[in-house]
Amino acid sequence: MMEVLFYIAAFIALAATVLALTRSNAAHALIFLIVSLLAVAVIFFLLGAPFAAALEIVIYAGAIMVLFVFVIMMLNLGEAGEQREKQWLQPRSWLLPALLALILLVEMVTILATIDTQTSGIGVSPKEVGLQLFGPYVLAVEIASMLLLAALVGAYHLGRGFIDRSKGKR
Amino acid sequence: MSDGLTMLFGLFVLLGAVGAAAALTWFERRLLGIWQDRYGPNRLGPFGSGQVLADMLKLLTKHDWVPPFADKLVFIFAPTAIVVAMLLGFAVVPFSSSLYIIDLNIGLLFFLGMTSLAVYSVLLGGLASNNKYALLGGLRSAAQMVSYEVFMGLSLIGVVMLTGSFSMRDIVEAQRDGWYCISQFLGLCVFIVAGIAESHRLPFDLPEAEHELTAGFHTEYGGMKFAMFMLGEYLGLMLICCMIVTLFFGGWLGPILPAVVWFVIKVFVLICFFILLRAAIPRPRYDQLMSLGWKYMLPLTLINLVVTGAVALSLAEV
Repeated sequence: MMEVLFYIAAFIALAATVLALTRSNAAHALIFLIVSLLAVAVIFFLLGAPFAAALEIVIYAGAIMVLFVFVIMMLNLGEAGEQREKQWLQPRSWLLPALLALILLVEMVTILATIDTQTSGIGVSPKEVGLQLFGPYVLAVEIASMLLLAALVGAYHLGRGFIDRSKGKR
Repeated sequence: MSDGLTMLFGLFVLLGAVGAAAALTWFERRLLGIWQDRYGPNRLGPFGSGQVLADMLKLLTKHDWVPPFADKLVFIFAPTAIVVAMLLGFAVVPFSSSLYIIDLNIGLLFFLGMTSLAVYSVLLGGLASNNKYALLGGLRSAAQMVSYEVFMGLSLIGVVMLTGSFSMRDIVEAQRDGWYCISQFLGLCVFIVAGIAESHRLPFDLPEAEHELTAGFHTEYGGMKFAMFMLGEYLGLMLICCMIVTLFFGGWLGPILPAVVWFVIKVFVLICFFILLRAAIPRPRYDQLMSLGWKYMLPLTLINLVVTGAVALSLAEV
C-alpha cells in the first residue's frame, strides 16, 4: 500500500516538474511547481518524516511560492511574455542542460544500484528533529540565521532608500 | 475508533462543516441586523432561515459564465483550492478526547500548511480573472497573507513550548490545569488578529474592499464559483474558531456537559465574537494593515516568545 502511494506521488512529482519546465505561461509553470512540491511533501510523509513534509508545505508551497506568484502578478506579462517565452524554449536550448542532467542521472542510477539505500521507515518526530538541529547541527542553524539576518538588513536598507526618496518628492 | 467509524465521522465532519458554513451566511446577516438596529433576512421560513435555501437555489441556477479574456483552467480551479484546503484543515481538529479524524504529531503544522495553501485560491483567482481590480485584490491578499502568516505561526510557538508537542490532543490535555488564554494572552491576541487576516474577513477584507476594488479578487466570478469562494471564507472562519478554542480555550474540556457540547458552545461563542468584530470595527487602510502587522504584531509575538521561553526554561529546571 505504502509503495503504491509512494510511486504515485513520485510520478506526480516528476510529471509536474517536467510540465513546470516546459510551460511557456509563467503562471501555469508556477502552479505545476507547487504541485510538484506538494508531491514531494507526500513522499517525505510516506518515508516517515512528517516534520519535513509539513515544513515543505508551510515554507516552500505556502510562502516562497506565494512570493513567486506575487512577482508574476506584479509583472503581469500576458500574451507578449508568453510569446517571448516560447522563443526561448527552442529545442536546441534544451540540448546542453539535458546532456548535463543525463550525466547526473547515470551517476545516480549507478549509486542506487551499488549502494544499499534502504530507508529505515521509522517515523521521525518533530522533537527528534529539533534536538538534532540544536544539538550536533547547531552551527548550520546559526549560519543560516546569520544569512537570513544579512538578507533582512539588506532588504531594509534597499527599502529605506526607496521610502526616503518618495518622501523627498513630496 | 476503527477505520470504518473514522471514515464515517470524516464524512460527517465534511457535510457538517459545509452545512454549518451555509447556515452561517444567514446567521451572520441576522446578527449583523441586530447589532445595526435593523431586521436582516426575516421573510422565508422560521426567523428567515429559509434564506439559505433561497440563496443556494439562486446561486445554483445562475449562468456559470467564464469571461472570454480569463485564463480558463486556472479561473475554474481557483475557487476549489480554498474549499479543499479548508476542509482538509478540519481533519486535525479534535472534537473530544476520542472524537477526531486524525491525531498527527504535526497537527498544528498541518493546519498552518492548509491555511497557507488556501491563499492560492485568492491569488490565482485574481491572476486568472485578467481584470485590474481582481489583480489588485490578489496582490493585496498575497502581501497580507504572507505577512500575517509569519506571526500566525510565531504566536502559536508559545503554546507548543508549554505543551512540548504539535499534536492537537496533547495541547488540549495540557490545558487541564489552566487554559492557555491566560498564560498565552499575547499569543491569543495576535492569533485572533492574524486569523481574521488569514480568512480575509472584515475588518481585514482588503482583497475584496468593495468600495475601492468593486469586489476585489472575485470581481469576475458569479454563480457557483462565487459561492465556492464564500463557502471557503466561512469554512476558514469556522476553522480559525475551532483552532482558537483548541489552542487557547481548552478545546473540549469543561464541567458537567459532554465534551463535544462544550467544544461546539465555545466555537459558537467565538464565531459570534468574530461577527461582532465585523459589525464594530471599520476597515483599515492598506498601509495601516501592513504597518500594524510588522510594527506591532511581530514585536509583540517575539516578546511573547522570549518571555514564554524563559519561563518554560526556569520551570523545567526546578
